[in-house]
Amino acid sequence: MSIQYRIIHCLNQFFGGIGGEEQASTPPSLFSGARGPGMLLQKEFPQIEIAATLVFGDNYVAENPEAAIREILGLLTPYCTENRPDLLVAGPAFNAGRYGIACGAICQAVQEELDLPAVTGMYPNNPAVELYRLHTFIARTSDNVMGMADAIGNMIPLGLKLVREEEVWPEKDGYLLQGKRKNIFVRETGAKRAVTMLLARMNGEPFTTEYPMPVFDRAEPAPPIKDMGQARLALVTSGGIVPKGNPDRIEAANAQRFGTYSLKGLQALSAQTHQTAHGGYDPTYANQDPNRVLPLDAVRELEAEGAIGSLHEYYYATVGNATSVENARKYGQQIAKILVADGVQAVILTST
Amino acid sequence: MTLKLAYFEINDIVFGQETIIDGSTLVINRESLENTLKTSDKRISAIGLHTAMPGDSTRILCVKDVIEPRCKIKGTELGVGNTHILKNVAVVTCGKIVGFQEGIIDMSGPGAAHTPFSATLNVVLDIQVVPGLSPHEHEEVVRLTGLTAATLLAQTSTNKNPTRVETYPPIDPAAVPSSLPRIAYVYMLLSQGLLHDTYVLEENAKQGLPRILEHTLLLDGAIISGNCVSACDKNTTYHHQNNPVLRELLREHHKRLSLVGVVLTNEPISLDAKKKSAQQSVELVQTLKADGAIMSKEGFGNPDTDQMLLIRGLEEAGIPTVALTDEFAGANGCSQSLADSTPQAIAMVSVGNANERILLSPLEQLLGPISDLTKLAGAYPHSLHDDGSMEVELQAIIGATNELGWQTLRCREV
Repeated sequence: MSIQYRIIHCLNQFFGGIGGEEQASTPPSLFSGARGPGMLLQKEFPQIEIAATLVFGDNYVAENPEAAIREILGLLTPYCTENRPDLLVAGPAFNAGRYGIACGAICQAVQEELDLPAVTGMYPNNPAVELYRLHTFIARTSDNVMGMADAIGNMIPLGLKLVREEEVWPEKDGYLLQGKRKNIFVRETGAKRAVTMLLARMNGEPFTTEYPMPVFDRAEPAPPIKDMGQARLALVTSGGIVPKGNPDRIEAANAQRFGTYSLKGLQALSAQTHQTAHGGYDPTYANQDPNRVLPLDAVRELEAEGAIGSLHEYYYATVGNATSVENARKYGQQIAKILVADGVQAVILTST
Repeated sequence: MTLKLAYFEINDIVFGQETIIDGSTLVINRESLENTLKTSDKRISAIGLHTAMPGDSTRILCVKDVIEPRCKIKGTELGVGNTHILKNVAVVTCGKIVGFQEGIIDMSGPGAAHTPFSATLNVVLDIQVVPGLSPHEHEEVVRLTGLTAATLLAQTSTNKNPTRVETYPPIDPAAVPSSLPRIAYVYMLLSQGLLHDTYVLEENAKQGLPRILEHTLLLDGAIISGNCVSACDKNTTYHHQNNPVLRELLREHHKRLSLVGVVLTNEPISLDAKKKSAQQSVELVQTLKADGAIMSKEGFGNPDTDQMLLIRGLEEAGIPTVALTDEFAGANGCSQSLADSTPQAIAMVSVGNANERILLSPLEQLLGPISDLTKLAGAYPHSLHDDGSMEVELQAIIGATNELGWQTLRCREV
C-alpha cells in the first residue's frame, strides 16, 4: 500500500528511547522518522508514514507546560509550513499523569495554533483526561504498555477520521467522552422515553437520565484563624509519605485508600523511618528527607516557639497520582470528620 | 360525559370551486376562504392562502402558530360529545415579526426532519394587519384568524363519515387498579405575559393556574398557544391538541400505570410567584394521591427555574418525577445546558440542544414575510447565504426541541 498520510508522532523520553526517569527533564527535540511505538504504528498501518518524532522529558513539559509548549510549537511550525503533515499523534500515555498532560497540551496547541488535527490515547482514569478531553480527542487505552497494540489500533483510525473530517462517536470510534452535548435522532419520541423512564423508576429498575445535572464542587475557604498560638494543627498529604515499608500498601497510582499514621514522640521524619509511596514523581528527594513533603520538622519548631497551639497526633496520607476526584473527595471527607472530632482548626495540606 | 374524536384522514389538498371534502381530498375555494377570513376581522388588511405539502421545495417563514382543523358537532361543550378532526391537515399562520421568535418550517431538505409540520398538509395563511395595531392586537388578529380558518375547514366534515373514532371516557382517580402506579402529569404552560401567553379555556394562563384539568378537555383543544417564544420549544396549538405525553400516558392507562390527573401549571415571572405556583402544583399532585409524576415544559431560561422548583418540590414530597427539557449548550455543546439546576432532578429527558446549528438547503418557494428572515431567533446576520441556503440554530425551527416530547431528537454526551 502506498503512503497516504504523513504524521508527526510525540513521545516522552522513555518511549522515545532517550532514557527513564533520570531523563525526565530532557528538553523537546525532533527526530526524523519513527521511534519506539512509531515502528509498530507504521507496521500496523502501512498507509502511514511517520515524518518525524518529537521526544520530550515528562517533567520538562509537566513542570512548565506553557513555555514547553511554545518551544514544541517552535520546533513543529517549520514542519507544518512546507510538506505539511496530515495529523499529529501523541502517546499513547496510558495512565501516566505527566505524560498525559504533555500529550493533551501538545494536541490542544497544534489544533489551535497550527490547525493540525491531533489525537492522543489514555487510560480513562489518567488525570490528564479531565484536563484535556474537551479540547482534544483521547482514544481509550489500557492502563499500561501491555495495551500498546490496541491503543494504536484505536488512535490511528480515529485520527484518520479526523483528518478526513468524518463524523465520530465515542463508542464506535473508541474515544473517551469529551463532555460535550450533541444531538442525535433516536427511535422513540421524547414523550415515549419519558414514560418508559418513569415506569422504570416506579418499578425500581435502573434508568439513565439524559441530562445529568451540572454540579460544581466549590470549597469555600474557611475564615482566617484569629490566634494561631491557640490553634490545633494537623498535617495531611497527597504526596504519599508513609512509614517505611508502606504498611497499608497504598497504591502508587489511583490510590484506593489513605493511611493514618502516628506522629507521637517524633520530632522529624527521616529516611530511616519514612518514604514516599507516590508513583508520579521522582521519589529520590522525598525518600532522602521525607520532611520535604510532610514538613514535620518545621511544624515541631513552630510548636516549640508557641507559634501554633498544638499538633494533632496523627497525620493522614494518600497518593494523588491518577486518583479519581470521586475517591479524593471521599478521603477528604473521612479525614475531615476525624480532624473535626479532635478539635483541629487548621490543616497544612501538601501535594506533589 | 364521554369525548369522541372523529378523524377524517386527508391525503391531499387542492384548490377548487367549493370548500369540501371529496373522498380523502380537501378541496378549498381559495378566493372565497381568503375573503371570509379577511371580513371576519376588520383589523386584517390582506391575507394570502397557500398550500405547502410534504416534499415540496417550500420554506414557510415567520410562523406564528400551527393549528389542527377541528370542530364540535351537535352541541358546543368542550370535552364531551363529538369532535371532528381533519387528520394530516394543519393551518399554519404567518405574519410579520413581532417577538423575533417566529419560526421556520421546511417542507423538504435537512430542516424537514426537525419539524413535525413537514409531514402535514399545510394551509398557510400569510396575514397582514392594518397600520397602528399594538403588537398584542397584531398577535390576537393572527391567532383568531388561524382558529377561524381551522374551524371552517373542519366544518367540511359535518355530514361525512369519519375514517376512525377514538372514545375517551372520564377518569375516576378513586377507581383505578391498586396494583398499578398512580401517575400525575404536570403540564407547564408559558404564561409570562408580553407575548408569552397561553390560553386555557379561553382564559389567559397567567390567571387561574395551577389547576387540575380533565384529560378530555385537553384532548378536545382546551389550550391555545399565543406566544412568541423560540420556535423550537414553543408548544403550538397543534402540539397541545395532540399532546404526546398525554397520549402516551393514556396508551399505558390501566396497563402499566394509572393516569390519575393532569395538573396545569404556569410559568410566572417573579421568584415569589414561581415558588408559590410550584408549591400549589405539588399540593394538587398530592391531592391526586400520585405515586409518580411526569412533567413537560415550554420555553427555556426563566422556565428552567419553574421546572427545577417543581421537581424539587415533588421529589421532596416523595413523588418520583421524570421531566422533559431541551438544552442550550452552545453551538459546540460545551456550555452548561440549563439556567438552573437542582440535585433532585435525576430523571431528565433531553429533547435536544437548540443551539446546535443546521444548514438549511435552498428551497424554491418561500412563504411568509421573507424580508424579516435574519431577525428570527436562532438566525444570525449572515444566516442567509447567496445561494439561498440558511445556517440557523435549531431554535429557529418550529417544534425542533418540543418539550412535550413530540420529536425523536435527543441530546447526549459525546
